[in-house]
Amino acid sequence: MKQTHRKHSRQRLVEIFHAYLLNHAHGLFSSLGRLSRTPFTSAMTILVLSVAISLAGCFYIVVANIQQLTGNLQASNQMSLFLKEHINESVAQKMADQLARNDNIESIKFISKKQAMDEFKANSGFGDALNALEGNPLPNVIQILPKGVLDSREALDTLMADFKKMPEVEFVQVDMQWVERLQAIMRIASRGVTLVGVLLGFAVTFITGNTIRLELHNRQDEVVISKLVGATHAFIQRPFLYTGFWLGFIAGFSAWLIITIMLLIVESPVEKLSSLYHSSFELLYLSFSEFILLLMMASCLAVLGSWAVLHYQLRQIKPQ
Amino acid sequence: MLTFEHVCKRYPDAGDALVDVSFGLSRGEMAFLTGRSGAGKSTLLKLIAMMEQCSRGNILLDGRNITRISERKIPYLRRNLGLIFQDYKLLNDRTVFDNVALPLIVSGFSHQDISRRVRASLDKVSLLGKERKYPLALSGGEQQRVGIARAIVNKPKLILADEPTGNLDPELSAEVMNMFEQFMQVGVTVLIATHDLELVNRLGHRVLTLDKGRLIVS
Repeated sequence: MKQTHRKHSRQRLVEIFHAYLLNHAHGLFSSLGRLSRTPFTSAMTILVLSVAISLAGCFYIVVANIQQLTGNLQASNQMSLFLKEHINESVAQKMADQLARNDNIESIKFISKKQAMDEFKANSGFGDALNALEGNPLPNVIQILPKGVLDSREALDTLMADFKKMPEVEFVQVDMQWVERLQAIMRIASRGVTLVGVLLGFAVTFITGNTIRLELHNRQDEVVISKLVGATHAFIQRPFLYTGFWLGFIAGFSAWLIITIMLLIVESPVEKLSSLYHSSFELLYLSFSEFILLLMMASCLAVLGSWAVLHYQLRQIKPQ
Repeated sequence: MLTFEHVCKRYPDAGDALVDVSFGLSRGEMAFLTGRSGAGKSTLLKLIAMMEQCSRGNILLDGRNITRISERKIPYLRRNLGLIFQDYKLLNDRTVFDNVALPLIVSGFSHQDISRRVRASLDKVSLLGKERKYPLALSGGEQQRVGIARAIVNKPKLILADEPTGNLDPELSAEVMNMFEQFMQVGVTVLIATHDLELVNRLGHRVLTLDKGRLIVS
């Protein structure tokens, strides 16, 4: 007797669990169906959410792209020696060969007046105008990449001072200085991304919360009746939480679409610009893991917003 | 089954709604709750349905004190009650089947159980075959019977009905009352708030009369 009772109660537990899962599945799909039954309202909400999310995402990807760029630059402490105008090409070439034997120098690239002019003509778009020039105003340049051991500032500064003392050298430009400045700016920008992200995250939370509040208001009868027949808060809020989830999820996905489309639009101008700098720069898109993270964050924030509203509002709705 | 011990209910702005009300209903007993509008009938039902809390005294439901029950436990206790309303309180965007199934879904019954019980319940109120209809496609009497089917689908021990015949003609009212008597015969306690005195007198069950919050006949 006792055994059959136990068996029976276990069976009931399995049944309840099964019903619970079914209830979740029902909530998941019925909330999606409900969203599709008010397409205009749903679309508006999702649009607002995805604009907010894509704003944060765009800011993020722009900074990530610039960081990638400055990241490449970081490796080079490259210096350019601009030679005095009267130094002719053969002297300059000889000088470059000499410097190449210097122990502190990793590699050297000599850019003659003529090469510089040809490149400038090809890429600057001033081709015809430059033809009108009588001579070539560009100097011979020796690009120097110091050895890796010269990572410290002092060593670089000494090397730079040595070059400056050479009579043939007009002036020395270290690329690093502006790279450092740029990196400092980028540090601010990436902090900015975090701040904007947090702010827009709040926006997503509140927008979803407000949408759910309205939805709850529209379905007040249903909530009241469910309460009267013995529904727990968890049961009542489940479909609403799923609605919030879908809003966040779909908005996250469309934000990804927006970001990707925007990147596609700017890709070819960026490539052109990058080729002007002889850079192998490739535009960064959101990676797969970033895409998943975006979806997860959007859904989580939306669910959080919905939950916060439901937590307070469900208590307020009392059967009369 | 249901015991009121010196129950008082006072609203902050409306004053005393119930004053020192004591009575008991045993298992399988049917009683009418009468009195003029504002005499406290609705308040009394709301206290049993845990929609309100009493200011003083104790209410025992099936031996359990529900006076100061925590909000968390209310849903589980409500599952032992069948509530019937004058305005039916049906969900008009759901079918008759879904309306009646709601208490079972809420309690986590299996699919087969739900469909079996809903059919049995609809059979008792003679609405079998209208499962797929929507409430608004039914007559008032039929809607009330859907409400009754929903109230009994969970096999509650106590049924509370607030003016269940308020919107029905005498013939339908008699039919509804007939149903309540059937539930009573299978051991369900039924408490019906009504001001249809003629009906009350004709059926001859116990009558609780409230006047300005006091119980004057029990």
